[in-house]
Amino acid sequence: MDPENQAQIKKISDGLEKIKSSNNLIVVLGASDLDGALISAETVTDGDPSFSGPLAGVSLKLPVYHILEPEIRDATPKEVYDENVGIWSLAVEPEKIEKIGKEFKAIREKISA
Amino acid sequence: MDSWLKGKTAIVIGERDGVQGPSIAKCLEAAGAKVVYAVTECFV
Repeated sequence: MDPENQAQIKKISDGLEKIKSSNNLIVVLGASDLDGALISAETVTDGDPSFSGPLAGVSLKLPVYHILEPEIRDATPKEVYDENVGIWSLAVEPEKIEKIGKEFKAIREKISA
Repeated sequence: MDSWLKGKTAIVIGERDGVQGPSIAKCLEAAGAKVVYAVTECFV
């Protein structure tokens, strides 16, 4: 993940922590490639795995989702989702969407354990 | 029924070759979340 984005995420998370509102914060990703998405997910939960950005060694444990996951799709008004994401949910194989859902769910369960 | 996203604060990291930041933000805002940061990453 871009170091500048890591810095922004840290700043937002720290700011919400101060006003005791960080438990409402989520991160939603849109990466098309699963490996890249998982690295970004790791960055906002366990810290930057490349140890090069501001989140190196920083474990924010933020709940992270992918836009293609059913949890997000089902919570979004259908017409808005179809208009903005629909083409991707059709372009990506259902098996891949299922895999994204499983992997991200496992990450969230790990941080809440 | 309200969406579970209602009242959430969201950070959006889209991708140029995937779903872009503004598209994700529109979905989350329509579901009642507050998007405080939305960006589209580009890997070249």
